[in-house]
Amino acid sequence: MSVENHTAETPAGERELPLVLLLPPLFPHFHVALTHKFRFLKPWESPLPREEFLAAHACAVRALLCSGPTPVDAELLACLPRLELVVASSAGVNHIDVAACRRRGIAITNAGNAFTDDVADYAVALLIDVLHKISASDRYVRRGLWPIKGDHPLGRKLGGKRVGVIGLGSIGSAVARRLEAFGCTILYHSRRKKPSVSHQFFSNVTDLAAESDVLVTTCTLTAETHHIIDREVMLALGKDGIIINVGRGALVDEKELVRCLMEGEIGGAGLDVFENEPVVPQELLHMDNVVLTHHQAVFTPESFHGLLEVVMGNLEAFFSNRPLPTPVSE
Amino acid sequence: MWCGASNSCFPNPELPRLPPAPARPNQARRRRARNRGQEGDQNPKPSSSLPPPQPSPLAMESLGVLLTYPMDSYLEEELGKRCKLFRLWETPPEKRQEFLRVNAASIRAVVGSTAVGADAETIDALPALEIVASFSVGLDKVDLAKCRERGIRVTNTPDVLTDDVADLAIGLAIATMRRIPEADRYVRNGAWKSKGDYKLSSKFSGKTVGIIGLGRIGLAIAKRAEAFGCLISYFSRSEKPQTNYKYYSSVIDLASNCHVLIVACALTEETRHIVDREVIDALGPNGVLVNIGRGPHVDEPELVAALLEGRLGGAGLDVFEHEPHVPEQLFGLENVVLVPHVGSSTWETCKAMADLVLGNLEAHVTNKPLLTPVL
Repeated sequence: MSVENHTAETPAGERELPLVLLLPPLFPHFHVALTHKFRFLKPWESPLPREEFLAAHACAVRALLCSGPTPVDAELLACLPRLELVVASSAGVNHIDVAACRRRGIAITNAGNAFTDDVADYAVALLIDVLHKISASDRYVRRGLWPIKGDHPLGRKLGGKRVGVIGLGSIGSAVARRLEAFGCTILYHSRRKKPSVSHQFFSNVTDLAAESDVLVTTCTLTAETHHIIDREVMLALGKDGIIINVGRGALVDEKELVRCLMEGEIGGAGLDVFENEPVVPQELLHMDNVVLTHHQAVFTPESFHGLLEVVMGNLEAFFSNRPLPTPVSE
Repeated sequence: MWCGASNSCFPNPELPRLPPAPARPNQARRRRARNRGQEGDQNPKPSSSLPPPQPSPLAMESLGVLLTYPMDSYLEEELGKRCKLFRLWETPPEKRQEFLRVNAASIRAVVGSTAVGADAETIDALPALEIVASFSVGLDKVDLAKCRERGIRVTNTPDVLTDDVADLAIGLAIATMRRIPEADRYVRNGAWKSKGDYKLSSKFSGKTVGIIGLGRIGLAIAKRAEAFGCLISYFSRSEKPQTNYKYYSSVIDLASNCHVLIVACALTEETRHIVDREVIDALGPNGVLVNIGRGPHVDEPELVAALLEGRLGGAGLDVFEHEPHVPEQLFGLENVVLVPHVGSSTWETCKAMADLVLGNLEAHVTNKPLLTPVL
């Protein structure tokens, strides 16, 4: 690899394509579209350790695309003195040191609304699955048990349930809109009450849990929301309560969740995310009142296409000095 | 358990469109009196100056009820406590006719389910039969013609199960399209080894949903699907101008123009195999079939072949032609979700259905209007 290929002395937007540092993995679907418009610095292709590579080649890099959950921490940022933009390919930015970026005047963009529908659909489907035991009874049928053991145990009705949404952003609102059509009552917690929303607001998550039959976590993961669902909240939710997590694993105290499920302190859970993926607590694998999926909520062609548009839109806007379409505000 | 609207777009042509014929009170009263060992026919009709008869616990207590199947433990318990209960399934099949013959004089009511109803043979064996109270909304397992002929009342359990069945229809659609049970299996098998492990599945929101049968359950499904931004289209025998949904006058046209096809009509002679090979092919390799109606709505061997050959994109099935048997060729497929007729199988709904059955029987023995009569 010659050094000339990797320095960005030429101004962006002219003959040379703009230079973007890439943190792996790049979704295969994105490769063709993006490599027409940008030159990518790929540290993992170099035999040099990352710090040395960046020192040699990335001192002029102004934009970073993190196409997966690889952390963007203060250490990495220190190697990128000219960095002005971090483009995330997810809705959540908990893998990015937001405070460090703010201090250095680095803007961050996320996936915007590209994933909203798919994540909301998944949350609703997980809830119906847990209540109606869809995955559990599908297993039952495939093991040939229906003719032998008869009817599967009864489920529970969704209509009339009180659903506490933790985080009423675009995904939380989309979940609420769907569940209302099933006859659910929506309650919510968020950092601030939303005056344009008619659902009942709770400033305290434990109080929300006490009034809910179901809790759905659709908020971003920050220091404040880490383990926002803890033992106290689970006990308040109660023995028939159900937790649906399509946010980040660490929104829920996973060890406590397992304990509460084993002790019957809560009724069930639908989990697309875990604290230490791909590790899933062994105890959950044997329970019929939980549904476990491997962080799949966003993976549809439409979400990917939407994400690609958002990523491209943010990079193009940046390199042409236009306002960013999906900046993360705080 | 069941699902399916009873007054859907496919009313059985033999079903009356007028309110059901009133019971024949004198005949019923004579039978009750005979069963109680009282004076029988000699009892004069009460004159209008006497107060109306009060509901008497004796009325239910002396009602002989044939329960065809252990469909619900609360229902069975209540019937056992309040009536004279005969449990059909406790007799081996080869001895059933004898069992019915021996108890025929006592059995005045049959409580049937989607598994075992009241067919012509059973009705013929029960000369004292006055009422069939079905623990279902679908009546494909009740010989309605025979009941009409004999003046036997028939009740079902509409409305109380509409929500659950509609919820399941949407739940099955998304589970199938987003491969949720498959993902759950993947995790439980310990196959999730790396964080970036993913597979693309089909988005549900915004897709076109085609509904066969726009009765209570079909409408409830449409309302839910709309909240996902789905476009709704439907097939029924006649157009429903009070809805804004797109109407197709043929199931094949509906299937050709939708992404998710949901069966939600009653099972009658006309709707048997309403989803046949042609319809399945029209739905196509990207299409998904959801059946929360009855197994015989779909030509099951054709469905299996289409799934195995990739001519149909996927299927979410709550019902099968020969329950509890499910074609084993489906067990290895990732694009199907198979559940054992759980449409209304929730604690809340089963209790409501059981209370309706009990309420109808109570109304019958006390000569009050039936709560949910079909005949």
